[in-house]
Amino acid sequence: MSNYLLSLLTWVPVLCGVVLLIVRDRRPDLLRWITLLTAIAMFVVNISMWPMMDHANPGLQFVEHLSWGGPIHTAYALGVDGIAYAMTLLVTFGTMLVVAGSWGSISYKLHQYMACIMIMEGLMIGCFSATDALLFYVFFEGMLIPMFLLIGVWGGPRRIYAALKFFIYTFCGSILLLVSLIYLYTKAGTFDIRALAALPLSMTEQTWLFFAFLVAFAIKIPMVPVHTWLPDAHVEAPTGASVDLAMIMLKIGGYGMVRFMLPIAPDASAEYAWLIIVLSLVAVVYIGYVALVQEDMKRVMAYSSVAHMGFVTLGIFVAVALVHEGGSADTALLGMQGAMVQMLSHGFISGAMFTCVGMLYDRLHTRMIKDYGGVMNVMPWFGFFYVLFAMANSGLPGTSGFVGEFMVILASFAVSPWVALFAAITLVTGAAYTLWMVKRVLWGEIGNAHVAAMKDINLREAAVLAAFAGAVMVAGVWPRPFIDLMDASVSQLVHQIASPKI
Amino acid sequence: MPTLNDILILLPEFYLVAAACVLLLLDAFMKPAQRGVLHWLSIAVLLVGIYLVVSGQPDVPVTAFGGMFVRDGVAEILKVFALLTTALVFVYARPYLVDRKLFVGEFYTLAIFAVIGVMLLVSAGNLVMVYLGLELLTLSSYALVALNRDSRLSSEAAIKYFVLGAMASGMLLYGMSMVYGATGTLALAQLHGAAAHTAMPNLLVFGLIFMIVGIGFKLGAAPFHMWIPDVYEGSPTAVTIFIGSAPKLAAFGMAYRLLDTGLGDLSHYWQPVLAVLAVLSLAIGNLVAIVQSNLKRLLAYSTISHMGYLLLGLVNAGPEGYASAMFYAISYALMGTAAFGVILALARAGFECDRIDDLKGLNHRSPWLAFLMLLVMFSLAGVPPLFGFFAKLMVLEAAIHAGMVWLAVVGAIAAIVGLYYYLRVVKVMYFDRPDEGMETRVQPDFALRAVLSVNALVLLALGLGWGPLLNWCRAVFPG
Repeated sequence: MSNYLLSLLTWVPVLCGVVLLIVRDRRPDLLRWITLLTAIAMFVVNISMWPMMDHANPGLQFVEHLSWGGPIHTAYALGVDGIAYAMTLLVTFGTMLVVAGSWGSISYKLHQYMACIMIMEGLMIGCFSATDALLFYVFFEGMLIPMFLLIGVWGGPRRIYAALKFFIYTFCGSILLLVSLIYLYTKAGTFDIRALAALPLSMTEQTWLFFAFLVAFAIKIPMVPVHTWLPDAHVEAPTGASVDLAMIMLKIGGYGMVRFMLPIAPDASAEYAWLIIVLSLVAVVYIGYVALVQEDMKRVMAYSSVAHMGFVTLGIFVAVALVHEGGSADTALLGMQGAMVQMLSHGFISGAMFTCVGMLYDRLHTRMIKDYGGVMNVMPWFGFFYVLFAMANSGLPGTSGFVGEFMVILASFAVSPWVALFAAITLVTGAAYTLWMVKRVLWGEIGNAHVAAMKDINLREAAVLAAFAGAVMVAGVWPRPFIDLMDASVSQLVHQIASPKI
Repeated sequence: MPTLNDILILLPEFYLVAAACVLLLLDAFMKPAQRGVLHWLSIAVLLVGIYLVVSGQPDVPVTAFGGMFVRDGVAEILKVFALLTTALVFVYARPYLVDRKLFVGEFYTLAIFAVIGVMLLVSAGNLVMVYLGLELLTLSSYALVALNRDSRLSSEAAIKYFVLGAMASGMLLYGMSMVYGATGTLALAQLHGAAAHTAMPNLLVFGLIFMIVGIGFKLGAAPFHMWIPDVYEGSPTAVTIFIGSAPKLAAFGMAYRLLDTGLGDLSHYWQPVLAVLAVLSLAIGNLVAIVQSNLKRLLAYSTISHMGYLLLGLVNAGPEGYASAMFYAISYALMGTAAFGVILALARAGFECDRIDDLKGLNHRSPWLAFLMLLVMFSLAGVPPLFGFFAKLMVLEAAIHAGMVWLAVVGAIAAIVGLYYYLRVVKVMYFDRPDEGMETRVQPDFALRAVLSVNALVLLALGLGWGPLLNWCRAVFPG
């Protein structure tokens, strides 16, 4: 049975989505419960896999392999290592809270909305657990369809522009990924990711592949300068889609980098590590300032996502640079681990922050900071959680936001103190834009009559926020289990970068 | 003298000719009210045709009439799908024809004759046979385009089609005559050997280029694409759907017979030419499609770009490349029929549903049809896990395998451009609300709805299980 758990996690949500499409929205409450229970069941199944994971084993576990029977050597092959498993946890945890969080906020075609969320859950799990490059690509692309519909159908006033921009930007990157994968296939004769990683490649080939992968994953993460789709998509998307996007989908970019870019093109990655480090620092510093001047809460959070994901790319490529320059392997490991922890942590925090904004939006139907003020007076419980997440977002020690950033800054010191200095600026800008936003929304006099009429969060909303808060605190105070989980795979990855192909 | 064996090899074709004549006679003697019988009979004729093609398929390629006619695996697959898509066309076309008082026997007879042309063309073993099959196909098509003779748009389209088509046929014949002059043979199998030691290589290449013009015209590849948008837009949709399906399979078959069976040794000459045609088709088709507001015109330009992808497979000039091109032709035929099928399902008397805006808020009015169209559009755009994606994957792989990575990159970039207008159709259906006065509930004909559903879901099914079909395509091309 445990051999099919990944398939179960992938296909049950998709099946649930199909069922939702069939039952239609005649009984909305039944529909919501079906979705929620499925999502919870998926999370339970997923978390129950944790004890079964062999932490010392850097290789793939829960492996499934089924040939597609065509003349092309590709297979329906699933399996997770520590990193991928941690990411699947993010998916199931996030989807559960998305479903619970968007309980009453969607009225138009509820069944299609929930179906999109569930189908996307399945596809995202499939994406993280695919060990065949073509299968990965199928999931990677396939998930664009439900997300496109989520933004376009249930989004805000400029939803059409945002949805098209989202789809075309992402597709631009991924089609080059496809060409690279086919090229690798003609070389290796298989789409198996491990075989592709073992393929000897010349520097020219690696350079081309590196930039093709970079375009694909940089758009997805997103990195400066191809980040512009994200603020639009985030602002226009309905809350659930925003949470899914920030919490999970962006991580696929970082995951793609460690899964494809580094193992397949290690020498080119080392050669151009400086480029990524510079771009990451631009994201961390410059985007921090951009976030400061935003007037829309979702926009603040979108730019904050770009800045925080900059830490992920920074950590990954600081590790690459260190290995390349013959620096300490332990420090490189620290940087890489920091990047992975930052991915998880940003997942929890951004998900929580977008959920909070969504709750405000459900009440007042505006996301503009100036329309709020003094919310703390009418919604104290909400305020409590919001402040907690804001603190985590600015990297307060004791929350998960601190752990990853600290590890990455520590590792970047070994590359150059200047890199560390610029990276550390985020602690200032991050605190500035987050806390200033919180100040204007929560504190002070009650802004207007609409705010005065707002009701505090109900039990369901409190439960959702409490779950987020739990994750943020646990990962902040006791990150050991997450680090242990990914340790073997991360070490192996660092080892892979250290062994050049030419 | 033809022997009994020759006739048995051609049994599906003879049978269809006989059946078409019987249908013509029946139509003449039937009351208009009984035409429904004719409709179902025609579909049955095609399905029996598929049975005859498959059941009589010899294990090794055989020839009949002294090598004029070849019955091999390539011909089998193309014939099966040509007959199948035509049967789909008949099912989809009926309500449209009835609404417009075009529900006449000629439609069925002409389409069946056109399919016979397709079958002769893809089985041709001789240049004369190629021309014969092609003319049977195109002459029937001209008449079909002009089916609605009171419509000025239709007549204009038919005349354009006829003039340009006649010119292309002329070019093809001219090229054939030069090839004949250079090699002294019309049989494709002998041409293959003779081409290598011809005394007049320049004349041969000159002839080859003219033949490529003819092929380009039939495929609708740029720069020989001018007729496609006008014919697609001007024809009654029930005819457009036909023009966009079986003839595309035939064009692939013709290209394969002429370029590989006949002039395979000259592949270093024709590969670059086809690569240029592919790039032009991808660029022109996709870019011009963006600005279209007419759905039929949009699909016409999309066809041009799809033929560009098909050419990527042909450029490979190896068995795997041909297999991928054939796989692409099949996928396009299935996607094209489904796309026009949705238009036919929505069309009513006096309402063509040929503007993109006519699909506004379709998710509101008919979620199921909107979903089917969504599948078709994403399949055309090449988004996994739909059939169109795997077809694109295979042709890109063929191009890269042939060492033309740049061509694959062009194909990939073209896919991004193409994505935009397919998404626009999805946007109109899902993101926009219906206009005032639009039909609130769409209830198409039952048979149409059922078959269309299967057609669109097959795109998803073949996207998940493309192995067997691809295996079949690969198996028929000798390595």
